[in-house]
Amino acid sequence: MARSVWDSTVGKKAVMAVSGLIMLLYLVVHMIGNLKIFFGAGEFNHYAHWLRTVGEPFMHYEWTLWVVRVVLVLAVVAHAVSAYQLSRRDIKARPTKYVHKKARASYATRTMRWGGIILALFIVWHLLDLTTGTVHSGGFESGKPYQNVVDTFSTWYGNTIYIVAMLAVGLHVRHGFWSAAQTLGAGSRTRDRALKTTANALALLLTAGFLAVPVGVMTGVVS
Amino acid sequence: MKLTLRVWRQKNADADGAMSTYEVDDVSPDMSFLEMLDTLNEELILKGEDPVAFDHDCREGICGACSLVINGDAHGPERTTTCQLHMRSFQDGDTIDIEPWRAAAFPVIKDLVVDRSAFDRIIQAGGYITAPTGSAPEAHATPVPKPDADLAFEHAECIGCGACVAACPNGAAMLFTSAKINHLNVLPQGAPERETRVLDMVAQMDEEGFGGCTLAGECATACPKGIPLTSITGMNKEWLRATRKAGKR
Amino acid sequence: MTSYTDYTTGDPVADTKAPAGPVHERWDKRRFEAKLVNPANRRKHTVIVVGTGLAGGSAGATLAEQGYHVVQFCYQDSPRRAHSIAAQGGINAAKNYRNDGDSVHRLFYDTVKGGDFRARESNVHRLAQISVEIIDQCVAQGVPFAREYGGLLDTRSFGGVQVSRTFYARGQTGQQLLLGAYQALSRQIAAGNVEMHPRTEMLDLIVVDGRARGIVARDLITGKISTYFADAVVLATGGYGNVFYLSTNAMNSNATAVWRAHRRGAYFANPCFTQIHPTCIPRTGDHQSKLTLMSESLRNDGRIWVPRAKGDTRPPAQIPEDERDYYLERVYPSFGNLVPRDIASRAAKNVCDEGRGVGPGGQGVYLDFADAIRRMGREAVEAKYGNLFDMYQRITDEDPYEVPMRIYPAVHYTMGGLWVDYDLQTTVPGLFAIGEANFSDHGANRLGASALMQGLADGYFVLPATLNDYLGRNPKLDEVTGEHPAVQEVLAETEDRLNLLLSVDGDRTPDSFHRELGELMWEFCGMARSDSGLRKALERIPQIREEFWRRIKVPGTGEEFNQSLEKANRVVDYLELAELMCLDALHRTESCGGHFREESQTPDGEAARKDDEFSYAAAWEFTATGEAPTLHKEDLVFEYVHPTQRSYA
Repeated sequence: MARSVWDSTVGKKAVMAVSGLIMLLYLVVHMIGNLKIFFGAGEFNHYAHWLRTVGEPFMHYEWTLWVVRVVLVLAVVAHAVSAYQLSRRDIKARPTKYVHKKARASYATRTMRWGGIILALFIVWHLLDLTTGTVHSGGFESGKPYQNVVDTFSTWYGNTIYIVAMLAVGLHVRHGFWSAAQTLGAGSRTRDRALKTTANALALLLTAGFLAVPVGVMTGVVS
Repeated sequence: MKLTLRVWRQKNADADGAMSTYEVDDVSPDMSFLEMLDTLNEELILKGEDPVAFDHDCREGICGACSLVINGDAHGPERTTTCQLHMRSFQDGDTIDIEPWRAAAFPVIKDLVVDRSAFDRIIQAGGYITAPTGSAPEAHATPVPKPDADLAFEHAECIGCGACVAACPNGAAMLFTSAKINHLNVLPQGAPERETRVLDMVAQMDEEGFGGCTLAGECATACPKGIPLTSITGMNKEWLRATRKAGKR
Repeated sequence: MTSYTDYTTGDPVADTKAPAGPVHERWDKRRFEAKLVNPANRRKHTVIVVGTGLAGGSAGATLAEQGYHVVQFCYQDSPRRAHSIAAQGGINAAKNYRNDGDSVHRLFYDTVKGGDFRARESNVHRLAQISVEIIDQCVAQGVPFAREYGGLLDTRSFGGVQVSRTFYARGQTGQQLLLGAYQALSRQIAAGNVEMHPRTEMLDLIVVDGRARGIVARDLITGKISTYFADAVVLATGGYGNVFYLSTNAMNSNATAVWRAHRRGAYFANPCFTQIHPTCIPRTGDHQSKLTLMSESLRNDGRIWVPRAKGDTRPPAQIPEDERDYYLERVYPSFGNLVPRDIASRAAKNVCDEGRGVGPGGQGVYLDFADAIRRMGREAVEAKYGNLFDMYQRITDEDPYEVPMRIYPAVHYTMGGLWVDYDLQTTVPGLFAIGEANFSDHGANRLGASALMQGLADGYFVLPATLNDYLGRNPKLDEVTGEHPAVQEVLAETEDRLNLLLSVDGDRTPDSFHRELGELMWEFCGMARSDSGLRKALERIPQIREEFWRRIKVPGTGEEFNQSLEKANRVVDYLELAELMCLDALHRTESCGGHFREESQTPDGEAARKDDEFSYAAAWEFTATGEAPTLHKEDLVFEYVHPTQRSYA
């Protein structure tokens, strides 16, 4: 069964949908967690620490976090590999372009592809910046996420990269959520409007929620 | 009306093609688009040139033979087939680009004529109900709820023209394939082959080299019969259901 | 050389296959008496089927299911595009689901009467019997017929009958039935039982030792001409309405297969019986390439009228009720707007000839839905006829919800065709003709929704039973190869003909000849025919033919995709068939059904049949191009439905 799912365009798209939804769920949680920054360093850092102790005493320190990380890595890899393979296939299926070009013809498709690549690059930077601290601008300290965040958003490029990426998240979620619903067969004519509204709302909420942090830093609300 | 046409000319499948420019005068707004091309071809024949080859037959919008991309739109600016498009949709002095369906699975045969036999093979893979002649029960033995019958009909309207593939940025045949799957799978008569039908047809669709769906929605916009995009959703659902069931067996 | 009109009358031709006895027992009896082929031996028999419409598609699928090796052809790029797909209205069946007094016998009666007593009773009765099974078969295949809220099948009424027996799928019944047959055929193609050749056109019939043994066909992509051999050949190539240039047929529908078969010995019966459909969209100009039909079902709710006064050019809305002439309701009060097609068409022609026609050139009458919209509401009208209204608006740019439609008759169907016996076998043993390609069931006029019924009856049920008999009686035919002199001869003739077309290099296009012929035929062999007119046409046709071979211009070569060559080759056959149609019309000095001779009418202008002289099917035997053919009469015996002057008043 796994084989037949992976070998089919419809199946591979379902893999993308499921992995996309997992990431979406994670993003929502992540975004809510981020907002704690507005309650001060204490609460934010405490929250960050708590993340490592979730599930104790059954789980050992950071076990839950690692489970989440593994699931996320799998989701990202499945999503990206499917996207890559499907895109290759799509491009091959339409080798000759029309002489008379239509701008709208591939708007959603293009946004998803470029958006996906932007997001992939962003994730790498984001991890190197705020998880490992490899490319962090200030003096990275793993137990002090509040300060790390403030440092990042105190640089022009940190803000630019983040804002561009969050806009990409919005666009990606907007088409992706609705698209996933169709791929998983959850769409219908009567539900289409509700799905589209939900997709728009999710996209808006995530973008706004995530952007609140750099805006907070820039405006000095968070410092 | 006076028009400038830029038409894709290609001698045969192996030759290179290019756009050629033609001027046509005396075009009446009441002409259908194909009648306008007829006029051009009559002139070309008399000049000893090769007339423009294009597929067409019923000219009533139902056989699905006609297949032109006009100014970048499959079947042109109106939601209809090329044969039912009339010149009143254009302005005097317009330049019109005419190209064949473009997809790897639809190779060009000549000029604007493409090979759509991949569609036939998708149907052959499972787009039918096995009902050998003479084996049928009385027609009223199985009532079909009207909403189901109407839904089946809506999908059965597909004329197999291939505009969905031509319009799709990925050259996907999802809308065509899903229309047939939805038509047959919603009916009680189609139930016994429900799973094999969707699995086999989707596999054949992939085999033919069509692209995947990115839900751009261009197919449903181009479809002259208004097959909705949700048709693809229905197919996905059927496919997942069938895959789950097959996994359990 | 004798004049074409000096035909000789040969021996009568008779159907020897229908068993004697009560009409309702004949089909059972025939099936019982027919020889069977052992299922294990069927694989050894190859059957060629040309055409993939309702008749060909259903025949190919069924024969393959039975185990025969079927080799099938269509000129379209896919078997799904055959012109049956364009049939709109519906399919008749004597199910009597409405409990409105319908029965097999009534359908039989209506069809014989509707055909103006020029059809064979045994065939028509069988058709009525089988009609019931067709609906079952199609429902089992998943044809989405219209249904009522209870989930049962809906029906509607059609012209020429007073019961509601027409099953339909909105305005696309033909499409849905054809797709059903196409899907059944596809299943057999996938199973390897049918070898399908799309984009391949039959150009001639191969007859060896008096039996049909194969065809010559051209691959329309590469231009390659090949021979195909079989134990029997089935022609399901449709009608020849395109002789008229403008018709509701598809652009590429053609008469080549039947005409070539006729030249090889198959008799051609009743070629002058052509049906002019009353509800088509009028032509708009010289550029017109084809005519579009509006389903006859529109006459259920639309009212047909013209202004009372001649030359009344006011817009229809400004013509008050008492200045309108609802002429069908006036002249035929009991059937009103639902009179049979031939009567409705002729009535339209009459009012237009009187100068009361509407629209450009006065060649049109109104079909008005104002009353229906008032009575049922716009929504109900939309649900019933929406797609037809849309189609009308797309073509004419007029909104039929606001302004009455304009309609005018157009050539639609040909009742004539290859003569066949009860087994659907032509006069060439081993050559069968089914669907519109044969002449059998509709007499001089076909009732609405009966073409689909006949095509499917022939393909699903009749031919598979009767072909068994032929193959059972001829289990071991000698093998035919390409080296056989008869094959070589046909092949050479075909190649010569195409080469000649390519080499003339004249100054006229194939279309220009086709159009000229069509206009001539419409004028003299159309809705009304006269001795003098037909003679004029018969004088002109050989002249056009001569000019054709002198001035035709076909660009390109034969070894490529060449649509001009395809067209020119079809026109060659139209130019010969047209002559036979006119001769048949000339010889039949009675009026009956779709054939109206001006010399033969009742005092009030209705068609007057002459049963004592013309109660026969005229089967013509080919002699040579332009030479008088030989007439063979098949006497028609009416034991059950006794000829009366049709009355729809």
